[in-house]
Amino acid sequence: MDATDLALMRATQAGLPLVPEPYQALAEQLGISAEQVMARLVAMQAAGSIRRIGAVPNHYKLGYRYNGMTVWNVPDAHVDALGAQIGQLPFVSHCYHRPRHLPDWPYNLFAMVHGKSLAEVDGQIAQINAVLGELNLGGEVLYSTRILKKTGFRSG
Amino acid sequence: MLSPLQQRLLNDFQRDFPLSARPYQDIAEQLGVTEQAVLAAFAELNAQHYISRIGPVIRPNQIGASTLVAMAVPADELQAVADLVSAYPEVNHNYEREHHFNLWFVLIAADAAHLQAVLDDIEQHTGYVVLSLPLVQEFFIDLGFPLDLAHA
Repeated sequence: MDATDLALMRATQAGLPLVPEPYQALAEQLGISAEQVMARLVAMQAAGSIRRIGAVPNHYKLGYRYNGMTVWNVPDAHVDALGAQIGQLPFVSHCYHRPRHLPDWPYNLFAMVHGKSLAEVDGQIAQINAVLGELNLGGEVLYSTRILKKTGFRSG
Repeated sequence: MLSPLQQRLLNDFQRDFPLSARPYQDIAEQLGVTEQAVLAAFAELNAQHYISRIGPVIRPNQIGASTLVAMAVPADELQAVADLVSAYPEVNHNYEREHHFNLWFVLIAADAAHLQAVLDDIEQHTGYVVLSLPLVQEFFIDLGFPLDLAHA
């Protein structure tokens, strides 16, 4: 990403303008052409810097009130294979390997799940448990009780 | 209550938003409605906060340095500490969670040194230690999330 790409990302984090020619509007803001804006977005998507371009739903507002951060302790040798499997479950929106922080924090695999009821999320957690099997050395689910801030660059 | 058009926009356009001179017109043609109707429906989804925006979703760690931070704060101090934390421009998602570690937020800074400086500063100002859990590996290529909108 160069400086113009970065400026383009900053300009779009509040959303594409809701005008008939949104890329033209961004182009004028950045001092480049609309074609260049689109070409840069295509290139960043091809390079993997942009994951997707589209509507970013607010899950909470759409009825997904139970947003659980499930955290698991799995053997390091298996974290990549297990993470790949967990990440494919349809109700998992994010799945990450993060470092443990012993002794306070033994968990190295994170999977965010979303449901409209506690029972639905319980079912999702049971499915993750089934995938992990005997490699599950312990897990917890942390429900968010309050959103205290949600602005700026989104990481996913 | 979401209109059928709003539901289609929410579920079918979480990715592959058209990269064309008039993307809303392209969507309108796909759905058999007018460009004006698409713009109005998106504006309403925005206004009602059903979407947080339309735009590119960036892969983590593409811009600067970032980490996930956890803090364990006594319940009666949580609001004050959360307010202190949220005031940092580098903090972008801040959640209260039911756990001993009850405050969770994402920090994004220009570089690793700035990130560490903010972590140190938060510890100093709040009086509580931070647990920094930076991303090692991401397993899911986020292509959107199938929504059940029956009762939305």
